[in-house]
Amino acid sequence: MLNTKKTMAFTHKSLIRKLTLMTLLVLTAVMFSLPAMSVESLRGDDPLNSHSVKVGKYKVKTEEGGYERNFKKQPPLIPHKIDKYRITLKNNGCLKCHSEKAYKKEDAPKVGDSHYITRDGKTLKHISRRRYFCVQCHIPQVDSDPLVENTYENEE
Amino acid sequence: MGLFSKEGTLKILFFGFVLGIIFWGGFNTALEATNKEAFCISCHEMKNNVYEEYTSTIHYSNRTGVRATCPDCHVPKEWIHKIIRKIQASNEVYHKLLGTIDTREKFEAHRLELAKHEWARMQSTDSRECRNCHDFESMDFDKQEARSANRHEQATEYGWTCIQCHKGIAHELPEGYDPADDTPEAPKESDE
Ligand code: HEC
Ligand code: HEC
Ligand code: HEC
Ligand code: HEC
Ligand code: HEC
Ligand code: HEC
Repeated sequence: MLNTKKTMAFTHKSLIRKLTLMTLLVLTAVMFSLPAMSVESLRGDDPLNSHSVKVGKYKVKTEEGGYERNFKKQPPLIPHKIDKYRITLKNNGCLKCHSEKAYKKEDAPKVGDSHYITRDGKTLKHISRRRYFCVQCHIPQVDSDPLVENTYENEE
Repeated sequence: MGLFSKEGTLKILFFGFVLGIIFWGGFNTALEATNKEAFCISCHEMKNNVYEEYTSTIHYSNRTGVRATCPDCHVPKEWIHKIIRKIQASNEVYHKLLGTIDTREKFEAHRLELAKHEWARMQSTDSRECRNCHDFESMDFDKQEARSANRHEQATEYGWTCIQCHKGIAHELPEGYDPADDTPEAPKESDE
């Protein structure tokens, strides 16, 4: 019995302390945010609570012969549509054409040799786990203008 | 006596005729009723596994709104082939009663076997059900991706059929199955 009373008194005190602290925090936050800040993001300086401008509908491009690479060791861009290939724990739809076994039949480029090597430098017979989720590194392109100007120049 | 009179024979003929129509019609109506997607997915074995997967594929939802339903791909259109498939399908009712694939785990365990039946069936009919809607003759290879056109040109040249390359078009592939094992390869120039 005594015990419970003690803890109750204790929680009561700490609650008041917490509340004061919170009020203070909120007040400072409000003070600092009062002058409207104008940080420009990719969506322009639209206020956050307005609807963003609708982006157009773009289609995935196919590029015969593949896209040019811009720097050494760049994961090449995907020059075809990929919406029908699923990558699940059980199956990897990309390997249907890009695996060691398939690439000749499908006339597709084979996955890079690096894709068979583990973190510890061991070469495996199958795709290394860290290369399994292809679209983590490889992406297709759509027919659209870049959102921001880009001055990057290709590495020689 | 009446039965054997001319009038009686006509009566029998007439009744037979009417009964025939009723029976035939009823039979075909039942056949039709079992040829709807709603019927197929009335069994959870079909609904929870293959149907769910199919709903995220192009034959369920696409740009033009033309759909392919379960029977479009699995049940032959011509009457005689249809009857044969239906008789085979009574096996499914039997296995439903046995509970052969009544959980996801059991379904996955049997999936390779079931898929192999379907592949063998489609291979033996030159993918007849696909060709009810698609046709190499009507494909404009110029409008296809180069990847498609190249393979389709080979397919027409060497007489391959759709299912050899388009496995897993409507459902997930069985675990551990690599389609690259079975896709056909054009013979090398030097072999010819
Ligand atoms: C049906 C066969 C097929 C499938 C499936 C497929 N690809 Fe491809 N892929 C190709 C072919 C063929 C090319 C070469 C195209 C060309 O160069 O015109 C290619 C090119 C590529 C390239 C460019 C390579 C380079 O060196 O430029 C990448 C990257 C790629 N694919 C990734 C993927 C990924 C990721 C997936 C799965 C989401 C996938 N592919 C699925 C056939 C396929
Ligand atoms: C961690 C990032 C990463 C992942 C994941 C990955 N790749 Fe790559 N891929 C690369 C890089 C980097 C290169 C270029 C250098 C090289 O070959 O290693 C490349 C090269 C390639 C090439 C061109 C090879 C050549 O010789 O020109 C293909 C095709 C390819 N990858 C396909 C795939 C496929 C299919 C998968 C999924 C199974 C995949 N990649 C997963 C990073 C990745
Ligand atoms: C009575 C419940 C039930 C209904 C209704 C049903 N199925 Fe099945 N289906 C099953 C079961 C159970 C199996 C597994 C049979 C086995 O283990 O051999 C199966 C297997 C299959 C297979 C694999 C066949 C094979 O040769 O192995 C296909 C394809 C299939 N069903 C399609 C359909 C289609 C299309 C429909 C609608 C016309 C349908 N099913 C309606 C219960 C059902
Ligand atoms: C009821 C008619 C019908 C049947 C049967 C049918 N399809 Fe299709 N299929 C379509 C339609 C319609 C589309 C295109 C939808 C669109 O692009 O708007 C399509 C699209 C496709 C695509 C293109 C996929 C993509 O992502 O671009 C492939 C591949 C395909 N079908 C293969 C098959 C195969 C293999 C079979 C047999 C197992 C088959 N189809 C049976 C109507 C059918
Ligand atoms: C030799 C292998 C092969 C055969 C046989 C084959 N296809 Fe294809 N098909 C492909 C490849 C590869 C693609 C392109 C990549 C993909 O769909 O994954 C393709 C793409 C398609 C597309 C989409 C075309 C596009 O570019 O938008 C349709 C539709 C299609 N196939 C239908 C069929 C039908 C129907 C048959 C049988 C009459 C058939 N295919 C036979 C390999 C084949
Ligand atoms: C576009 C054609 C197409 C449509 C539509 C389709 N299927 Fe299939 N189905 C196939 C093919 C092809 C296979 C052979 C296995 C594979 O390649 O995935 C198959 C396999 C199956 C199997 C065997 C198990 C497996 O996953 O391989 C069952 C059961 C099945 N289908 C039931 C259905 C039902 C129920 C529907 C309707 C909800 C349906 N299918 C719609 C083409 C189709």
